[in-house]
Amino acid sequence: MRGPLSDRMGAALLMAPLLLFLILAYAWPFLGVVKWSFTLPTPGLGQYHALLTDDLVQSVFIRTLRIAAIVTVVSVTAAYAITVVWVRGSPVQRVLAEFCILVPFWISVLTRAFGWVALLSNRGLINTWLQSVGFISEPLTLVRNEFGVIVGMSHFLIPFAVFPLASAMRSLDERVLLAARGLGSSRMRTFWTVFVPMTRSGIIGSALITFVFSLGFFVTPAILGGGRSVMIAELIYLRIFQSPDWGLGAAISVVLVVFVGALMALLFRYVKPKQLV
Amino acid sequence: MQQPGRAAEIKANGIGKSFGSFRALDNLTLDIGRGEFLTLLGPSGSGKTTFLMILAGFVQPSEGKLFSDGVDITNRPAEQRAAGMVFQGYALFPHMSVEQNIAFPLKVRKKSAAEIKNLVGEMIERVGLKGHEKKLPAQLSGGQQQRVALARALVFEPGVLLLDEPFSALDKSLRGQMQAEMKRLHQETGTTFVFVTHDQSEALALSSRVAIFNHGKLLQVGRPDEVYNRPTNRFVAEFLGEINMLPVKGVRPADNGATGLCEDRAVNMRCKAEAIKGDAILAIRPEDMSIAPEAFANQNGIAATAVASTYLGAATKLDLTTRQGAKVTVSVPNEVAAAALSKGNSVWLTWPAEKGFLLPDGGQ
Repeated sequence: MRGPLSDRMGAALLMAPLLLFLILAYAWPFLGVVKWSFTLPTPGLGQYHALLTDDLVQSVFIRTLRIAAIVTVVSVTAAYAITVVWVRGSPVQRVLAEFCILVPFWISVLTRAFGWVALLSNRGLINTWLQSVGFISEPLTLVRNEFGVIVGMSHFLIPFAVFPLASAMRSLDERVLLAARGLGSSRMRTFWTVFVPMTRSGIIGSALITFVFSLGFFVTPAILGGGRSVMIAELIYLRIFQSPDWGLGAAISVVLVVFVGALMALLFRYVKPKQLV
Repeated sequence: MQQPGRAAEIKANGIGKSFGSFRALDNLTLDIGRGEFLTLLGPSGSGKTTFLMILAGFVQPSEGKLFSDGVDITNRPAEQRAAGMVFQGYALFPHMSVEQNIAFPLKVRKKSAAEIKNLVGEMIERVGLKGHEKKLPAQLSGGQQQRVALARALVFEPGVLLLDEPFSALDKSLRGQMQAEMKRLHQETGTTFVFVTHDQSEALALSSRVAIFNHGKLLQVGRPDEVYNRPTNRFVAEFLGEINMLPVKGVRPADNGATGLCEDRAVNMRCKAEAIKGDAILAIRPEDMSIAPEAFANQNGIAATAVASTYLGAATKLDLTTRQGAKVTVSVPNEVAAAALSKGNSVWLTWPAEKGFLLPDGGQ
């Protein structure tokens, strides 16, 4: 992959505007946020101390980690099944799987969140159908709670979880699977003892990407959680725009960025960037 | 193939395989004897690997039937045939240690932990991998990976071991070593071995019989010396090693064989001329020809001019042109070659009557 020096210089030059943009529009303003976290309302470590002692902040952190973990398990599991069909299915199955993976990218996150509200709410499609066929007498609470948030976020993240898995499954040597079957292993056994372990790097990559994305979710939990299932991003928004507590909001942001940065570092220890696409 | 512990006898009856419009294998009928070492030899795309995959159960034949010990196994899935298989590139499980790789087929068969430990330990010893039990395949050399693949394929005592170009990735010296080892394993286990290669010297060195394929057809099958010394067609003759082809005219039966005219001289052949009459090709291996200073009566021979030589150490390869323009290569002692070249003119090429054989003119 390594071309002559001039080629690499060319590539670096082409990447330069992106780097510049990130510095000006992201890194520089973020330094301002870091500054607030140490100076507002009074200089010192007061906001970080509050962060460690405030029950509300702590419960939001724990909820965020819990939701992110559940969403990760749900998304990676569902994505694994879809990816197996996409990579190894018949031609018709492949087209269908590809369609299911790509279509969500064309619909805005807002539209999808409201779509789930329409499906899950008390007078939504699912509840009215279940009631009309007599399975339930009272509507189930499917939205404006953690369940709704998990459904909406998983739906959003499954396509992202697919790509690292697909890359791992595509690079797998077909002959190893044949070898397993030739040695007497059933298809099921081959799947669990050979196929799944051999796609381990894809599973790690997929899980970390999903988890990191989940931590910063804002719109989906705000709409589907209905204020009852606040996650970190929404808490930051509330601290900055509704209760003018910029210092605490900034401190939470800094902690989130550091945490996500650490996870990304972990991700790239296990997975090469090109395995993620 | 379903009874472990004893060698299987396999019959292929009219097996054919098409991939779309491509005919990969055509009407193949072949008996593989109990405990034999059969090599499937041919250039790439000749159908030899397709046949191996059909034997393993990974490829379903388009027509024909396959029997193992008299039982029709044509439609039996690969995992129930349980032929041991060694793949090109070995196909080891990268996430399992040497031990775990070899234990895999035993675990699948639900053997007890103690039995697995015993059999795996025995096998590791037998293929010389002691001390490497806990390593992953990526930590092993090519030759060691090869041994793991062989051990894994043999540990459950399959009725047949299928090998798909197992040595193609090894360097030459390691190749020789592994070939010797495989021959030993064949003798020790007594299992039926079916081995695919495109290397004719490997095929001749290892096998009890060689089956030669080209363009999806089985051309000839026989002992290595049979197919080398008595090929039935031109492709087999040329594929198994260098060979000289001289046109002969007016072939007819004679005492002890056949006779005909080669470069306007009468030549005798020991082979029978029933199948071949009239014009034919006389084929002689380079090592079976020699150079004589002059013609003798009632001995096969033609005149030729030496044009070039290649020194090979033990002998010299000498290129000659006959009077009628045919190119001939002979393998002769070094000093004979030097003398022939220094004379710079006509020499006499001779060969014993039993060393030349007739092939049909023109066709393959």
